[in-house]
Parts: sequence; structure tokens; C-alpha cells
Amino acid sequence: MSDAPSVKSIITPTRLEYEFRVGGAHAEFLASLAEGKLIGKRCPGCEKVYFPARASCPRCGIAMSESVEVSDRGTVTTFCIVRVPSENIDLKLPYCAANILLDGSDLPLIALLQECEAQDVCIGMRVQAVWKPKSEWGPTFENIRYFRPSGEPDVAAEMLGAWI
Amino acid sequence: MRDVAVVSFAQTPYKRRENTRSEVEMVMSVVAQAIADSGIPKREIGFTCSGSSDYIAGQAFAFVGAVDALGAWPPISESHVEMDGAWALYEAWVKIQCGMADAALAFAFGRSSMGTLPETLTMQLDPYTLAPLGVDAVGMAALQARAALDAGTVTEEAMAEVAVRSRRDAKANPEAQLKGDFEVEKLLAEPYWVSPLRKHDCPPISDGAAAVVIAADDVARRVHRNPAWIRAIDHRIEPHQPGIRNLTRSPSVTLAGQKTHADPAHLDVAELHAPFTHQELILRRALELGDGVRINPSGGALAANPMMVAGLARIGEAARQIWSGGARRALAHATQGHCLQQNLVCILEGN
Repeated sequence: MSDAPSVKSIITPTRLEYEFRVGGAHAEFLASLAEGKLIGKRCPGCEKVYFPARASCPRCGIAMSESVEVSDRGTVTTFCIVRVPSENIDLKLPYCAANILLDGSDLPLIALLQECEAQDVCIGMRVQAVWKPKSEWGPTFENIRYFRPSGEPDVAAEMLGAWI
Repeated sequence: MRDVAVVSFAQTPYKRRENTRSEVEMVMSVVAQAIADSGIPKREIGFTCSGSSDYIAGQAFAFVGAVDALGAWPPISESHVEMDGAWALYEAWVKIQCGMADAALAFAFGRSSMGTLPETLTMQLDPYTLAPLGVDAVGMAALQARAALDAGTVTEEAMAEVAVRSRRDAKANPEAQLKGDFEVEKLLAEPYWVSPLRKHDCPPISDGAAAVVIAADDVARRVHRNPAWIRAIDHRIEPHQPGIRNLTRSPSVTLAGQKTHADPAHLDVAELHAPFTHQELILRRALELGDGVRINPSGGALAANPMMVAGLARIGEAARQIWSGGARRALAHATQGHCLQQNLVCILEGN
């Protein structure tokens, strides 16, 4: 055996660059965001509206047809209070990640809920988007900083049917 | 063994850059068409398997995203291989042999144009000693071509003839990307690209997707007048380290040919997945394919080389030859890895 220290690991840097092109449905979704619009797509089969807009209905496996503008207000269908710090998330703990069913959409999206104490969040809470100033809008969902309670009366859990 | 046949095949037109459609959009079109053309109701497709690589799109779990194109409700039995779609078809064939399905869908997709494909393929190499050197896919193929030229098993003229024939035959293939009339002398007057390869020795970079439906016994007989029966299918792999292999030969394809009883005297057509011209010559030699076997009437991978798709497309193109009466027996071949490392051979036969 040699006296040289054994090699425990090596570093071999690798870098691949990609130019990502999102395809038809997502391109429409992103372009609309730059104008402050939230665009979903309706399935011609099950007639559900999926937001964000997508190419296919994952349930029916067919191309989405009609584009549908959905509201920036919605209802919390479920939520999670995060009390654990994470390296890449710069938020004051605890914070709330909520499933929000936007009015006009049939698919909740996961979004940050702020301006609300953790103990006050509930299923059925009405919320609305808080947008960045229009001058800062781009083709990105980051145009919406977060959601906050809208002050409307809660929706009864029974009314949320299949979503909870 | 159950009798299993290819009953439908759909592919996108192959393009250098698919700008407007995402993978899901490409897959949706070929899957819908293959199922419709099969005549088999979607609910009777008992198994689905895809072939793709997330490295191609540079997106983690891109293969799961493709399930959006399937309409997986009620939930379906589904699997994926990080391989060319020909191996997805192999898995589907095994499922049918095991009695777990009577009809199955295999599909594959790749949008290589989003990355730098020759460099992406470097990631296939051993990560400790070879990948850090940065040798790319064209460089690897050039090493193989040089070895074959020095061994006297191929010539630059024969390589150029492969390119001329492939591009000429591709004129009859509406989905092919690179086609036209060329002359051997003029091609040989071109400078080297990565010596000893000239540009015509290399495949185009292609975006695309393909889907195949296979079905067993009476299901195949019910839906197709002349199903392309899979008489035999086998795949073999050689060592990962290229230095261990004799790159001028393809013992894995020879063995797969033996296991499938690929007898050149009884073959009319062979669709060979040879991305580089010299690789077709190596494959023809390994399978002892003489002048009596028509090679790549589709134009082959030199006319369109969608990564993860081109092997499955060879099976589809061979099946088309059976359906059209252009061939009674056809061999389809798929390859994966650097320098023909892994090879699949499939024998198709009409009624």
C-alpha cells in the first residue's frame, strides 16, 4: 500500500445549456400574464377548466380547446403552515402555503398566502391576488407576489365538494 | 408464446426545431393517431410504455409530464424506460407475453433542439474517466469510423453511398427531415467535419415523437387485415467502456440477430437504426445483410434522428413495409448508447 492518501471523491464539473421553449398552451398563458390576465383552458370532453392553461386534459387525454380567463380571487381548499426554514425561501416563519381554487377554475393552484396569521387560515377562506405594480409585469407568474384574505365571508366546506 | 403484432404506427414530421409544440402536444398527436388507426378502443389498451430521456429536454421528470397526453383516467398501467422507444415496445411485448395485456401502446419523444445534443450525449459516458474529457457523440462516432477504416471493413466511398441512398429514399418519406439527390463524388469532395466523418456521415438533429400499438392474437386479427407479426425480438448490450470493445464490429447485434433467427435469405427489408454512415456498414456486416435485402426504404436515421424515437420509428417503418405489401419479412433494428453499444433486433412478418 502506498502512503499517499486515498481518493475519497473527485469533482467533475458538468454544464449543459438549454433554451427552453414552452409550447403552445403555456406560451399563451405566459403572454397573457404579461397583460395581467390569468388564462386557463377548458377541456372539450369533461368541460373542466384547468389553470394554468395546459395543452392537454390529463384526465381525458385530449387537446384543450377554449381559453378561459379566470379570476384573481379564489377560495382556500386546503393549506399547510410551514414552520421549518429552507435555504432558498426567504419568508418569515411560520408562513402558509395554500391550495387556492380561483373563481372560474376547476383545479386549485398552490400559492403563498400572506397578510394573515397562521392561526386564522381556514378551509373556505376567500383570498385575492396581490399583484406587483403594472410597470414590473412580465410573462411570469411572479407578477403575483402572493395571495391575501379578501375579507369576503368564508365559503362553507360543504360547498367545496370534490376539492377537499 | 403469444402471437403479437404491430397494428398501427404514427409519427410527427421530424424537424430541426419544433418551435410551437411542447412534448405533450407532440405526444398527444401521435398517441391519438396511433390509437385511432389501431381500431382498438382506448379502454382495451392494457399497458402503456414510453421511452425518453430527461436530459434531452433538460427538465426533471419530463417523462412524467408526457402522461398528461394519455388521459390516464381511470388510472392506467404505465411504465417508462430511459431508452429509445424500441425498448418501451419490448417491455410492452413482454407484458403481453405474460398475459397482463392483450394490446399495448409504446411511444417515444425527444426535442433535442432545446439543448446541445452532441454534448448532452456525453453524459452517457462513465462519469469518472470519460465524461470529464468532454468527448461528444460525434467524436465518439468518429473514433469508431477511424477504427473501421483502418481495419479495412469500411471505406469513405461506401460511407458516402449510404448517405446518398438514405437521402434519396427519404424523398418518399413525408416525415423525413433531410432528403434529396446527392452524388458520392461531390460529397467526398466536402471537407471533414470531425475527421474521418464528413457532415453527410452524421445524422441531422431532429425533434419529434412516434407511437406504436401492438396487439396479441385475435385482437390483432380482428383489427388488421395484415398485421406485422413480431416473430422474434431480442436485445443485447456490450460493455460501457468503449476501450474494452472492438468498435469495428457489433457482436451484440450479431447475437441479437442469431437469437431472432434473422436469416438474410428470408428478409426483404431491413430498417437499421444507424445514425452514422459507417454504423450502417458495421450493422450490415454483423447481420450478414447482402444485396437481396433492401436497407432503410424510409431513409433511416440519416434522414431524421429524433433521439429516443428513431429506433421505435424503425419498427414502425418496417411494419409499414409489411402492411403495404412491400415486404413479406422485415428486420427492424434499434440502437442506444455510444458507438452501437446496445442493440435490439425485431423480425416482423406478414400473413
